[in-house]
Amino acid sequence: MALTNDYIKQRLIEKFGDQVGNFSEPYGMLTFEVPKDLNLKVLNFLYDDEELKFRFLTTLAGVHYPHSKGRELAVVYHLHNLVDNVRIRLKIFTDVNQPDVYTATGLFSAANWLERETYDFYGINFVGHPNLKRILNVDEMDYFPMRKEYPLEDQTRIDKDDEMFGRGGMLGFGTERTDHGQSTLAEADKPGTEGREIV
Amino acid sequence: MPEHHIKLPEGSIEKTTTTLNLGPTHPATHGVFQNILELDGERIVSAEQTIGYIHRAFEKIAERRPLYQITPLTDRLNYCSSPINNMGWHTTCEKLLKISTPKRVDYLRVIIMELARIADHLICNSIVGVDTGAYTGFLYLMQYRELIYEIWEEVCGSRLTTNIGRIGGFERNFNDIAFQKLEKFLEEYPQALREFENLFQRNRIFMERLQGTGTISAERALNYGFTGPNLRAAGVDYDVRVHSPYCSYEDFEFIIPVGTTGDNYDRWMVREQEMWQSLSIIKQAYRKVQDFKGAEADVYHADVPEYYLPPKEDVYTKMEALIWHFKIIMGEINMPVGEVYHSVEGGNGELGFYLISDGGRTPYRLHFRRPCFIYYQAFEELVKGSMLSDAIITLSSLNLIAGEMDS
Repeated sequence: MALTNDYIKQRLIEKFGDQVGNFSEPYGMLTFEVPKDLNLKVLNFLYDDEELKFRFLTTLAGVHYPHSKGRELAVVYHLHNLVDNVRIRLKIFTDVNQPDVYTATGLFSAANWLERETYDFYGINFVGHPNLKRILNVDEMDYFPMRKEYPLEDQTRIDKDDEMFGRGGMLGFGTERTDHGQSTLAEADKPGTEGREIV
Repeated sequence: MPEHHIKLPEGSIEKTTTTLNLGPTHPATHGVFQNILELDGERIVSAEQTIGYIHRAFEKIAERRPLYQITPLTDRLNYCSSPINNMGWHTTCEKLLKISTPKRVDYLRVIIMELARIADHLICNSIVGVDTGAYTGFLYLMQYRELIYEIWEEVCGSRLTTNIGRIGGFERNFNDIAFQKLEKFLEEYPQALREFENLFQRNRIFMERLQGTGTISAERALNYGFTGPNLRAAGVDYDVRVHSPYCSYEDFEFIIPVGTTGDNYDRWMVREQEMWQSLSIIKQAYRKVQDFKGAEADVYHADVPEYYLPPKEDVYTKMEALIWHFKIIMGEINMPVGEVYHSVEGGNGELGFYLISDGGRTPYRLHFRRPCFIYYQAFEELVKGSMLSDAIITLSSLNLIAGEMDS
């Protein structure tokens, strides 16, 4: 019997009720959201279940949505059932002020470095991780560079802004930063404070 | 803990193990990464890896670039087989934008990708030879990588970081020289590869060095997220080309070679067999390309003016072409909203692209699943308790590419 997205969805709802939600199927891959406290329960269920067998962690990535209050950071797991060849995507969201998420290293050894990378770039604190430290950036770094408040371009430039990228003006970073109350950000890194010349 | 061979006087604060820094720029690491090894005599007690020496923030850069400008970033992931990365990126974009490519484009892409796989495996396998003290095979096969690079040069103009192809197809049709060189390669390479195998495959010294070292079970390999030849060497027949076919791979007949023990020798053998399979795929694809007749024989890209640059002469003479040219170059085309995961079978495993689009002109988030970043974390488990010299071979037989690991 082929494992269908509908069946996986049905099994998840049977087991977790309305705690799993936001089901969608972008480009055919079943995508859903679980509360961050339940991530291990759901991953374990998907792993252990004799029909679902999602036992391969393809990848794990962080995402930053600075404008959704209380759920600024996301962790996205891509799981693969190699027997039936079905992939699913599982998302959890967390508050940027308390980005604590249970680690999946107990279940997947592959999660070790992937979680370190996510911590390195997004500052998500994986609770229970055996060795949660920076992996690609220098140990001395005191901010999380993939968060959206660190723009790639020089923000003092006026010839190029986000409007050119079809997003209707600057995303509003810099002004909203203090609202998030992120103490980890070094003031020196604030763009535009060095008085750079406009090119 | 293994038995310690250094005996210290009572109450000594000296360590009974030796710390050895392997890397970051040791020739045996074949890339910039460091291993801090704790050695008891010549046996490895623990290994700690430090990576990130050539981190270039590709995921961050990609958030401010239109799709076509991200292709050169993918070149620099696994730079031993750049075209696979390029094609992987193009097919990801095509999936997001719902573009379907003509069959001829698919087959040409398959030719290029399988050449890249051969180039990748050829380097890895001959480097294993170098690390065991046999330099000849490496130099001998290198001239065929040169030939592969010449083919790419004819197709796209560059050799190592190829930036080959465009969204929708190729930037130009393959010329006659490219096909002549391809024929030369198909004719000469099998013989060279056979000779290379004669040097190594049943060579007693080589076998003794490789067999039973760097072993991993299928179960652990899966748990560690191994993909590609390293996973297949452990006995799992997972291949993205078969499980989630892209670029019409379903039209080709080929075998997925698998190993049994997951040791260095099996990894070497799997790569060796994959080269033969790639040769067979290239032959099939070339035959299919030759079968196109008439107008079809000149098709080398899909008809997608929003993403595929118009011919230069049209840009100078036609209004629409000029507009499209400008819009593409300036990156002024909004992407559809959505998220897509797409993967291809890269030189050393499943190379995945996870793209989130918020409808802007650049990806909102782009994550690369880099296979060797994921499987390198198993290194300590692979070498713990083995000799230092075995660790060196394990390092090279895993096919670790620093560019891919550090992204």
